[in-house]
Formats: sequence, C-alpha cells, structure tokens
Amino acid sequence: MTPTNDSAVKTPVAPVESALGGGDAVASPPPSRGHSRRRWAIRAEIALLAGPALLVFLTFVILPVIIAAYYGFFSWSGYGPATDFVGLRNYIVILQDDAFQSALRHNAIIVVLSLVIQGPIAIGLALLLNRKMKFQSSLRVLIFAPYVISEVVVGTGWSLILASNGALNGMLEKLGLEGLQQDWLSNPELAIWTLMAIITWKYIGFAVILFLAGLQGIPEEITEAAAIDGASYWQIQRRITLPLMGPTIRIWAFLSIIGSLQLFDLVYIVWGQYVAETAGTSTMATYMVSSGRNAGSYGYGNAVAVVIFLISLTVALLYQRFVLRRDTDGAVTGGSDN
Amino acid sequence: MSTTTLSRPSHRAEAPAKSIRRKPTFGIYFIALALVGTIITPIAYIIIGGFRSNAEITQDPAGFPNEWRVENYANVLGSDVFWREVLNSTIAAVATTLAVVVLGVMAAYVLARYQFKGRGALFSVFTAGLMFPMTVAITPLYILVRSLGLMNSLAGVIVPQVAFQLSITIIILVPFLRTIPRELEEAAFMDGCGRLKFFWRMVIPLSMPGVVTVGILAFIASWNSYMLPLFILNNEATYTLPLGVQAFASQYSVDTAKVLAFTSLSMIPALVFFSLFERRIVGGLTGAVKG
Repeated sequence: MTPTNDSAVKTPVAPVESALGGGDAVASPPPSRGHSRRRWAIRAEIALLAGPALLVFLTFVILPVIIAAYYGFFSWSGYGPATDFVGLRNYIVILQDDAFQSALRHNAIIVVLSLVIQGPIAIGLALLLNRKMKFQSSLRVLIFAPYVISEVVVGTGWSLILASNGALNGMLEKLGLEGLQQDWLSNPELAIWTLMAIITWKYIGFAVILFLAGLQGIPEEITEAAAIDGASYWQIQRRITLPLMGPTIRIWAFLSIIGSLQLFDLVYIVWGQYVAETAGTSTMATYMVSSGRNAGSYGYGNAVAVVIFLISLTVALLYQRFVLRRDTDGAVTGGSDN
Repeated sequence: MSTTTLSRPSHRAEAPAKSIRRKPTFGIYFIALALVGTIITPIAYIIIGGFRSNAEITQDPAGFPNEWRVENYANVLGSDVFWREVLNSTIAAVATTLAVVVLGVMAAYVLARYQFKGRGALFSVFTAGLMFPMTVAITPLYILVRSLGLMNSLAGVIVPQVAFQLSITIIILVPFLRTIPRELEEAAFMDGCGRLKFFWRMVIPLSMPGVVTVGILAFIASWNSYMLPLFILNNEATYTLPLGVQAFASQYSVDTAKVLAFTSLSMIPALVFFSLFERRIVGGLTGAVKG
C-alpha cells in the first residue's frame, strides 16, 4: 500500500507546490529566488520537525551499538579509560564458553517453541474472538491483560505459584494428583517448558490483538460472498481468512523471533542469574548481564552485546529477505489496484 | 438471542459483523471459559494471596483466605516506600509519554506528508529500531548514560525510553497522518495557513486516535520497564515500582502475603489504564498492520 499511496500523493502535491511557488513568483520580482526560498523553508521545516526525534534516536538507539563495538575489543572494568586492548579475545572466549553456547541453545529453543505454541493458539483465539458472542469485548480486554502487567509482577507471581511448595503443587495435592507434583522451576528437564508456559501466558494476548487487527482488515464482502456460495465456516477460515492473514502472521512471527532472541526480564526475575544456568533457562541476555555488568567486565559484556546484535541482525535480515519480501511484493502489485 | 443481536447495528467500529453468522455453540463458550480461567487464575492468586496470612499460605498454598485480612494491603498503602516508587514510576511514565508523543508526531508528520529525498531512508532508520529492543543496547547505554551524568536520575531512564519507543510510535502514527485528506491541507494553504500552523491546528486534533494509542503504549512500556532502571537506578530513593517489587520480594522473601499485596497494588495502574483505552490500542494496531 505504501508505495502506491506515495505516488498517488506525490502527483497532486507537486502542482500545488509549484502553483504556490508560482504565486509567490508573481508577487516577488525574481521567480527563481522565491522558489528556492520556499524550498529552503520546507527543508527547514523538515529539519525542525524530524530533527529532534532523529537526534534522540541516533544517540540512544544507534550510538550504543557503536560504543559496544568499540569497548568489545577491550578488557575493561567499566571505570577510567579503556586501555587494555585485547583484539578479538573477548569474542573467542564468548564463542568457546559452554555457558554462552547453552544460552544460545536455549534462545533457539525459545524462538521455535514460541512460534509453534503461540502461533496456532493465537490464531484460534483471534478467530474465536472475532465471532459474535457474549462478553466479546470483555474477553478481548482480558486476554490482553497479562501483556499489560509488568514482567516483574508476572515473574514474581509465577515464581511463587510454581515454587516447589507453591500454589500449583498445593492445588495438585488438593485434587489428589500428588503424582503430578513437580519441581517446576529447578528441574532442568522441565524448567524450559515452565518458561514457555509463562511466556505464552504473558505474550499470547499481543499476538491475538495483532491477529484481530489483521482480521478486521479483511473485507467483509469476500467472506460473505463465500458464505453465500455455500462455503462452510471452516472452509472460509482455511481458504480465505488464513491466507489473507499471512502478512499479519509474518509480522507477528518476526516480532516474536526478535523478542525471543533478546529475552531477559522474565528469566532474570523468576530464575535469577545463577539458577537460570543450572535450570537450563539462561538466555544470551542473562549471560550478558551476569558475565558483564555483574562480573564487572564491561568490555566482555559489550562484546556479548555485539554478538547478540549480530545474531539478531542476521536473523532479521534473513527473515526480511526470504519471508517478508513476499509481503512487500504483494503490497506493490496488490496496491496498484487501489 | 442471536436474532436480536444480529439485527441490531454494531455500535463498535472495530467489531463489524464480518464474522460468519453462526450461532455460538456450547463448545465455543467452553473454550472461552477455559481461556478466562487460565488468564485470571494467576492474577487472582496474587490478589487473593494478599488477603491471607503467611501461616495460611504455607499450610495451604492454593486456598482461599479463612478470613479476609486487609492488613497486608494496609501496610503497603501506609508505607512511604510504596508511594515514593509510585511517584517515581508516574514521573517517568508521564514524561516518557509526553516526549514520545511530541517527538513522534513531529517526525511522523514529516514522514507522512512531506516529499523529500531520503524520506524512505529516514523511515527505515526509525523502523530498524523495532528490530532491536533495549536488551542489546543496555550495556553501552549504561556507559552512555553514566558519561552524561544521568545515573540514579529518572532522566537517565526517561530519555533512552523515549528513544526506544519512537520506532513503534512512528510506525503507528504515519498511516494515521496519511489519512488526513489532501484537500484539507490544500484548503488550509489556500487560506494562507502555513504548513506548521496547519500541523498544530489540523494535524494534531485529527490524529488524536493514533496519538492516544501510542501514548498508552508508551505509558505502559515505561510503567513496566525493568531492565533499564535496573542498570541506571542503583539508589533506592530513585527506584521505580518494578525495581521496588523486586527489592521488596527479596527483602521480605519469607513474608509471601506482603509480597503478594505489594505486587498486586503495583499492577493496578497499568491494568486500569489499559482497560480504559483498550479500543484505542486495537484501533491503532489495526492502522499499523494495514498500513
């Protein structure tokens, strides 16, 4: 939609501007000067309006990446100038560290499981909540509630619920299901699944709201026409709704992957830096904090940040190249009908 | 029931009657009920647990209170620490929201309504921010904030939060600003209204739905922000609520009931705020997904 909209917008705007410039020119003696003055005025407006946001953005979002790349080459305790240049040694240590490798593995598992678990459930729930039913809007609010609650609250609450003497095991005992009682948080075979359950509970609402938004973008006429032609509810969802939801699903998957690669808060709050490692839930980000800031090795921490950045960037670029590209193609060709 | 609901015109803009007209069945309501249970149970556990005593919780972790005690909540509400953290969180969230909205609308206006070389590149720069949540930047960000002398100050949290919130803000606002009719702009120019005047008089009021959406998202993000305050705020006097919850939870780790009371009080503002503006958020995301 974007490119066509632009070109549609561009054509009318050019005549307006030149007409205005021309109007100026009639009034003021040299036409070329009036025109260029107007161009400068527009440039000044652009700089005035976009400048502050761009400055803040570049300073606090982009510059840190450059800072990290610089300090990543030093062994540095965080105070005073960094003088102990170690070249690529930090990076070699990171890549050879078992703790980092298992953190990376956990991140990979979280990426895949988030997509596989949340995607289908969220699509189902979005279809459900898109139907007319009682309490529809209350349900929509409710499902988004966990997303709005802070990670600290979610983490604190869940760690009390899931502790070995916590509410979940207590409930199982009440139901006479003592056999199912588990050490949900510290059993290394179980902890990653516990983490996935918490992640799903916390973030599924975001996927559902996004999918609901996508569903509302599907023209009613299409599904109505299909219904008149005798297509069943499930046929319509499978053949029409889902394919049309494609772009939304792919954007969600992208955000989910990036979020999973950078997961920190929940793990750090529920497990803490030490337990996370033994329970098998550590992530690259918790590794970065525990081996960087908490160990007083800021050079090393910055190197880990660079590694996470490069991994995220590679994944993001590959995803855009091979998955999202279809959407831009679609937008260009599909949008031209508008 | 179905006939009356269906014949009544939908009054909700975002809930048009596009769902296939099929009577909701028992199964649907069953799934919905299970969903509600799954979402509510943990939240209810936190809130109800705050009304219990520690002895009760230890003895029967999953039960209801024998008697509903308010003393845990009263204790928290009567403590200076809690209110100081509420104040810090409020200052950070309000300042972040205002700054994000002002800077975001200005930049989005340029991206939506001006034609200039490098516009696409500028938009890509801002959208690239979406790829990198704060995690990657936190270590160098800490160094940057420290060298700016903003450690242990709310400003050290607010400014980076604004920067990181700009991406989603601009992505949501640009489609909103594009929908302002071109004719309106032309008419305003004909009447001798400059672009900047047009911006204040027309663009801001007309883009209010989008502005409210990004404002709410910024507020909630700031209210819940954990990693950045963890790095920047080391002095308890500057703690925001998330840090406070965590500090409280480790300080009173044996006093589970009190922790639960503190935790549930700290989540109320974001929940209230969100339920008031839920439609706006859905509406804003719809615009962003379609655009």
